[in-house]
Amino acid sequence: MNLSPEDVKHIALLARVRLDDSEVERLSEQLSSILDHFAALAAVDTEGVEPTAHPLPLANVMREDSVSPSLPREDVLRNAPATEDGYIRVRAVLE
Amino acid sequence: MSDLWRLTAHEAHEGLRTRQFSAVELTQSTLDRIDAVEGAVHAFITPTPELARQQAEEADRRFASGTATPLTGIPVGVKDLIVTGGVQTTAGSRILEGFNPPFDSHVYEQIRRAGAVMVGKTNLDEFAMGSSTEHSAYGPTHNPWNLELVPGGSSGGSAAAVAAGECIISLGSDTGGSIRQPAALCGVVGFDPTYGRVSRYGIVAFGSSLDQVGPIGRDVRDAATMLDAIGGHDPRDSTSNPEPMPDLRQYLGQDIRGLRVGVPREYFGYGIEDGVRASVEKAIATLESLGCTVDRELSLPSTEHALAVYYLIAPSEASANLARYDGVRYGFSDRDASTMWENIEHTRGSGFGAEVKRRIMLGTYALSAGYYDAYYKKAQQVRTVIHREFEEAFKRYDVIVTPTSPTVAFPIGAKTDDPYAMYLNDIFTLPSAVTGLPAISLPCGLSDNLPVGVQVIGNFFDEGSVLRVAHALETAIGFANRLPEIAPGTP
Repeated sequence: MNLSPEDVKHIALLARVRLDDSEVERLSEQLSSILDHFAALAAVDTEGVEPTAHPLPLANVMREDSVSPSLPREDVLRNAPATEDGYIRVRAVLE
Repeated sequence: MSDLWRLTAHEAHEGLRTRQFSAVELTQSTLDRIDAVEGAVHAFITPTPELARQQAEEADRRFASGTATPLTGIPVGVKDLIVTGGVQTTAGSRILEGFNPPFDSHVYEQIRRAGAVMVGKTNLDEFAMGSSTEHSAYGPTHNPWNLELVPGGSSGGSAAAVAAGECIISLGSDTGGSIRQPAALCGVVGFDPTYGRVSRYGIVAFGSSLDQVGPIGRDVRDAATMLDAIGGHDPRDSTSNPEPMPDLRQYLGQDIRGLRVGVPREYFGYGIEDGVRASVEKAIATLESLGCTVDRELSLPSTEHALAVYYLIAPSEASANLARYDGVRYGFSDRDASTMWENIEHTRGSGFGAEVKRRIMLGTYALSAGYYDAYYKKAQQVRTVIHREFEEAFKRYDVIVTPTSPTVAFPIGAKTDDPYAMYLNDIFTLPSAVTGLPAISLPCGLSDNLPVGVQVIGNFFDEGSVLRVAHALETAIGFANRLPEIAPGTP
């Protein structure tokens, strides 16, 4: 499997991680090599085998639909990088 | 009583109960030990001595009022992936530097309720991604047995702290081996319980279908005591097992004659060191002499695929879980960016370390259009195949015994440039991790003066058999609570 620097840039965009040129170069080599090691999986016969997403046979775990207190707003906002009037302040979403 | 920090938790409990010393004295002894060796070991990201002294005073009041538990007054280290209200929780990452959680994780709530004394938050590979604790944004932890070597990882700080006497028990988390491998490399006991046994509420998420919190201690009894305190159902984690957990200490000290032990032949390849093989073979022979039926014919042929399965599934889950670190609501934020997307991309680009970015990229790729079936879905199917092999094996065996890691501790820096070589450290802990089975690592000897771990894997929710075998083996081997000497004055 060969992941080109262009592929790496595309994945970085999907993952929203800024990479500099040397990181792109290094990840292109490293990810290609890691994926080569994983190629043997293709040879395992999995015809008709259900995928396992979760180790336990639990499904649709429900709880009572009851109201309980949330964390106090001021406690939560204390960790925010920027706040204003009890809200989190973010950068412009639209130009 | 100057060396109280050397005691196991059950020994310390006995001393506290009979008033030979107070919890304040025990805690002070541990804090003095931290002062003496922490500069050399660096097991902690955030030491919490003042909190520890307060909690120790509270513990003494509980002994006075008769409400003490086996954990009351015991100095404990908590992996910095575990959310502790009011105490900085970083997950070993720059992106969470200074994060002061407004709530407690379930496990921290449980150990506080039991009266434990937290002496600090322990170091780890960033977001638990690594096998050496070198991927921490706060610098590496050093192995107390030899300070030039890694302690293993990702719970390397938790294992090193217990081995160095900087706490008596600690909490770690295991996604692919992160409790068991560092326990093996530091000569202590690490227990990864069945997936779902311990609530993940308030655990910084890495691979949600794999993550599990568990204890690291100086002997099997201490590990069982800690698991007793933190295990059981918690409705705040919908994957938490609804069955009540039995009292685990009832399994200690039992005869193990007639128990059926499977030893899979696949676990003696993959570059296993001769010294590791020899120690583990001796442990297996000891089990036979204790009356177990040992079968060496067991084969788990898909073992070799567990590494690929894990390193596709865990990064895929991580790429989704780590999407929340956007620099908007908490943690590090690159404030120089002018637009929202720039803010997010720059924050993540400089807030995450190299290994975390590598795994986010790997996971994003495995989940992306056109590759999902070939990588992610295929890995999940092979996960089923591995699960079935264990299921078949546990029809014939009570436990499966293997080495924990193919090597003893290795030099700091030896594998940081080769991610795949680092991944291979987990080869013997990954198959049970992707299956969700309980597994313990306990020390079984030394190779070149470095500890070797043997792993005991049990069936789903059969922590009892794991503890029975581990405790009997530990008693026969006589390695429990053996602490390394740390050269005084080392940097």
